[in-house]
Formats: sequence, C-alpha cells, structure tokens
Amino acid sequence: MAETTHTEISPDTEGEVTDLGDLDEKARLGAPSGAAASIDGFTEEGESLSADDQGSEQLGLKKHSHGNAPVVPEASRGERRRSFDLADFPSLTGLEEDWRFTPLKRLRGLHTDALTGTAPAVNVTGAGNVTVETVDRSDARLGTAATPEDRVSAAAWNAFSDATVITIPKETVADGEVMVSVTGSTSGAAAQHILIHAEAFSKAVVVLDHTGSVTLAQNVEIIVGDGAELTVVSVQEWDDDAVHVSSQQAKVGRDARYKHVVVSLGGDLVRLTPSSIFTATGAEVEMYGLYFADAGQHLEQRLLVDHAVPNCKSRVTYKGALQGDDAHTVWVGDVLIRKAAEGTDTYETNRNLILTDGARSDSVPNLEIETGLIEGAGHASATGRFDDEHLFYLMARGIPEKDARRLVVRGFLTEVIQQIKVPSLEERLSASVERELAAGNL
Amino acid sequence: MSTLEIKDLHVSIDTDQGNIPILKGVTLTINTGETHAIMGPNGSGKSTLASTIAGHPRYKVDSGSITLDGEDVLSMSVDERARAGLFLAMQYPVEVPGVTMTNFLRTAKTALDGEAPSLRHWTKDVKTAMAQLRIDADFAQRNVNEGFSGGEKKRVEILQLELFRPKFAILDETDSGLDVDALKVVSEGVNREHSKGEMGTLLITHYTRILRYIKPDFVHVFVAGRIAEQGGPELADRLEEEGYDRFTAAVEA
Repeated sequence: MAETTHTEISPDTEGEVTDLGDLDEKARLGAPSGAAASIDGFTEEGESLSADDQGSEQLGLKKHSHGNAPVVPEASRGERRRSFDLADFPSLTGLEEDWRFTPLKRLRGLHTDALTGTAPAVNVTGAGNVTVETVDRSDARLGTAATPEDRVSAAAWNAFSDATVITIPKETVADGEVMVSVTGSTSGAAAQHILIHAEAFSKAVVVLDHTGSVTLAQNVEIIVGDGAELTVVSVQEWDDDAVHVSSQQAKVGRDARYKHVVVSLGGDLVRLTPSSIFTATGAEVEMYGLYFADAGQHLEQRLLVDHAVPNCKSRVTYKGALQGDDAHTVWVGDVLIRKAAEGTDTYETNRNLILTDGARSDSVPNLEIETGLIEGAGHASATGRFDDEHLFYLMARGIPEKDARRLVVRGFLTEVIQQIKVPSLEERLSASVERELAAGNL
Repeated sequence: MSTLEIKDLHVSIDTDQGNIPILKGVTLTINTGETHAIMGPNGSGKSTLASTIAGHPRYKVDSGSITLDGEDVLSMSVDERARAGLFLAMQYPVEVPGVTMTNFLRTAKTALDGEAPSLRHWTKDVKTAMAQLRIDADFAQRNVNEGFSGGEKKRVEILQLELFRPKFAILDETDSGLDVDALKVVSEGVNREHSKGEMGTLLITHYTRILRYIKPDFVHVFVAGRIAEQGGPELADRLEEEGYDRFTAAVEA
C-alpha cells in the first residue's frame, strides 16, 4: 500500500522506540509544543488547531489569532481532568484538544442539553450463568471503575436514571456469548449507563449491539477482575441519523486478559473513547477497531491505554476504510507509560484505506513514556489510497475492477472481524461490510 | 496455435514536460511455442512494450495495433486482456495490502477460467508449483507480495505464470535482481510451462545471463523505441561480447 500519510500525523508517525537508553527520564514522543524539541505548530495531538495553544515564538510566530484562552496545555495525558461533576468541564467550543475533530453542531445537543430523552432499550440474552440487573443510579457499584473524562460523559453520568449491571461471577465461564442489544427508537438526547464486571478468574464475551436511532451519551464501565478473561465487542450498526457518544473505560486487574473490539459502521456521528487502565501487574490488553465511513459520516475513536503499573502488555490495532464525499474518520491513540510501569510492552497501529476522493482520515498516535525500563513501545500509522498500481496488478491477473476493489477492502478489514471469535457475529459483520461496499458502488 | 501480432506500434507517455514518445514503430509477431528475447539498453522502451501489451493506463497508444489471433487487444480492458490469455510477469510487482496469496490466486484463477477451480486439484497444484519454485509454504497465508524480497516477488510472478497458463507470457526483466540460484529456479519454471507447447514467450531483458537458461528462438535488439536489429540466438552471443555500444553510438551519431 502506498504509505501516503494523510494529515494530522505527529512527527514520529511510523516511529518505533525500542532502545530508550538515550531518552530523558520523562521523554515524550509527539511532545506538546512549548516543550523542548517540539515542532512548531504541532502539539502532542498533531498540528495545533486549539486556542489553548499559543504556538511557539520560534521564527517570530505569534500566538494564534483565534482565541485568547489561558495557556494550560495538558502536560501529560495522565493529567486530563476526571470528574463526576459536570461543572468541572467548561462548555465546549470545539477548540479543545479532545473535541477539535468532532463537529459539535451534529451532536444534537448532547454537549449542551439536559439528557432527558428516553434511553435506548437494553435487552441481555445468551448466557444463563451471568447475572443481569437493572439498578437505580444510587447503586454503590456504579462509578467505581470509571470517572468521566469529558463533558458529554459527565453529563451522561449525571442524567441516567437506571443502569444495567452485568456480572460474570467469580470463576465462572459464561455458557454463551452475552448479547446486550441496545435498541434506539427515539431521537431525544438521552443518557445511558452500563456496568460490566468480570469477577476474578471468570471468562466471558460480551457484545454491545447498537442498532436503531438515537441521540445518546453513554458510559460503559468495565471491570476485569484478577485473572479474568473478558472480551467486550461494541458494534455500532445504528440507523443513518444516529448520534452516539460513548465512553468505554476498563479497569484491568492482575494477570487479567482484556480484549476490546470496536466495529463502527452505521450512524451519522459516532464518537467512542475506549480506555484500558492497568491497575495491577501481569495483565494483557488487546484493543481492535474497524470503522467504515460512507459519505457524510463522522466516525471517531479516541483511545487511551494507561500503563500505570509494571509488566503489562498492550496491543492496539485499528483499521478504517472511507468512501464518499465528506466521509471523515478520526483515530487518536494515546498510550501512557507512567514512571512505575517498568517492563511495559506496547504497540499500537492505525491503518486507513481511502477508497474515493473527498474523504478525510485523521490519525494521531501518541506515546508518552516516563520510564526507560520497558520491554518495548512503538506505534505506526499509515493512511493510503487504494491506488491505480494495485488495481492494475489485480486486473492484469484477470480480476475485474469491481472485484479487485472489493478483494482489497474485504481483506483489509477482515483482520479485525476475525478477532471477535463469535462466528455468528463475524458472519453478520462481514455481510455488513459487503453491504457497505455495494452501497459505495465498489 | 495462437499468434500475438504487434504492428507499427507508437506509444507515448504524458509527463509534466509534455508528451514524450517512447515506442516509435515496433513490429513483432510471436507464435505459440516460440521464445522471443527483447534486449536493449536502459530507456530503449522494452518495458514500455510489455506494459502497453498488458494495458497499463500510463501508456498512450498513438498508432499501430496489437492483435491476439486477430482480436483487437488495444480495445480490451486490462482484465479482458488477461482473460484473453496475456500474462505480464512484472518488473516491480506491487504489494497488495489485505489480500492473502491464497485468496488472490484462487480469485484470479476463477476470473481467468470463468469458473472456480476444483478445490482439491487446485490446492495440490498450488502446493506443487510453490515447491518447484522453492517458495515457502507459509507464503500462501501472507499478503500478496507484502514483505517479499525482490527474488521472492519474481518467483511468485512465475508461480502465477505456471498456475494461470496463459497463451502468451511477457516477462519484464524477470531476471534483474536475481542471484544465480534464483535465476535458475525462475528459468526452470518458465521452461516447464513453455515446454508444454501451448505458450509463446516474450522475454525482456537487459542482460544475456538469463539466455543461458532460457533459449530464445529469436533475438530483437531494442534501441530508442525501435527494433534496431534482429536475428537468432547467435545475436545474443554477440551482444554478450560487444555490449550495446555499437547500437547506442549509431543513434547518438
């Protein structure tokens, strides 16, 4: 694939860090401007568009002309504000680092309004030995795994009326895939809360299956207990008009295995912020994502892997395809290796395939390292076109143009679908990808 | 018996500096069972001829014709040419992301034959052909050409030649970048297919080295977009000794 990197890529895209001997104690790749050795106009999230950044005085450049907000750039991803109190998050302007790619106008009030709409219906099926409860918001278990990190998440926390709690009991292997159908039928701005708790040494696959029409701010809290093995799959096959903002934070216990898979296909605007926070040693996290944006769709994912403790491993692989005018995808992958996290092994990859003119893909990998005593840390990002040379090669072997295009896209995205390991769902999603291809006339 | 006929072919490319003519009247006829070597210095238009026959969109045919058994090749799309029986072993095979060799080979074979190959025979054919070309079995699960070395890519081109069984194979500098062992393996593959008597071969090369392993019936020397001289295998021997100097000097004068 032509490794044309499109836009918004931090200076060290395709960077790989294996030998950290020469790095300072708090060396940062993609460091914010203002820090030493930064590239002018770039912050840790790429080219700066934020008013919260005065730019550098280098080369005689003055601060940006738009906005005079006080300069308090986030010194570290780990210092981002976390709070249950909505008042701790100022109203959004769209210039904030973590909202700058999101078209706020299309959030349909999720960031401004009281979230009083009817939450989408939740129906849990598939496993007999898993506990499913609907609980009042006063339930003490809620809010133990995750604290809101942005305004919409905080608004959702303050607005939901009851929550769904799914518990895989201690040492229990779920006797089937836990299918959580989240079905929307109204479009008033609504809030929803779901807690998934895989207790110690349990094993389960939980699928959040989002369909229908919504304007939804959602918090999904996930606890992966010591020695537990949990896969959470979040499928967004919303109707075309849906708006979905979802925080999916996981706390990962000692020696636990956590796999998170995102599949975003439908919806007008989908913004997911999955995070994995290691709380004890020996755990492994894999985070996968597949997104396919058509004309006009905005599909955004902002990840955080927080290596706060020693000897944990993380792998992130997100792949996206885009077709049609104003199809827009955003992937921001933050990996934080804190000072205590010696022996960390991490790698994240994002690949995007642009199939037609008029689409835009932003990809921003960030790696922040506070200790040199790690196994390995790296990231790669590549955004390429399916180009004429690929097409020529396949056609020169007798394959018609349309089939050649499909062959490439299908192959590109299959890697992620194969990670789900739920055959019926894999089949359904493969069929959905085929429909996307057919819809795009590919 | 098939015939690939190229008549007075003029080809140019569009560049930032304007339209540049590359082929200036090439005439050549290849029949089933024949091996033609096209030799010439860099920039003489050898590879342009290969890419034009296959239908690469970069090359513009200004005049002349290419026919396969009387059918107008130039009016066919790239995939139609392949299905008509033309195969180009590329000089620089591209890496195709996301598509495994297995999937690619089966899809191409199905497109070429108009029906899916019988699974049992096909799997065996692929395995055998890979073993003969000394391609590791695990390549089948890798993406097309992704991370392959130069030599591996060329072997995979010949693997396709053997599996797809074209009427005419055009080998575009398949020998360049190969060490002696790889050159032998690749040449054996071409000879195996050629010896079945159902294929004509157009071998494009800069060096005479490969002609020790693949014996041409005819040798054409390409200079400045034209065939400057042609003859039998003895012409290759002469080039081996003298190089292209006498041709290029003549053009410059």
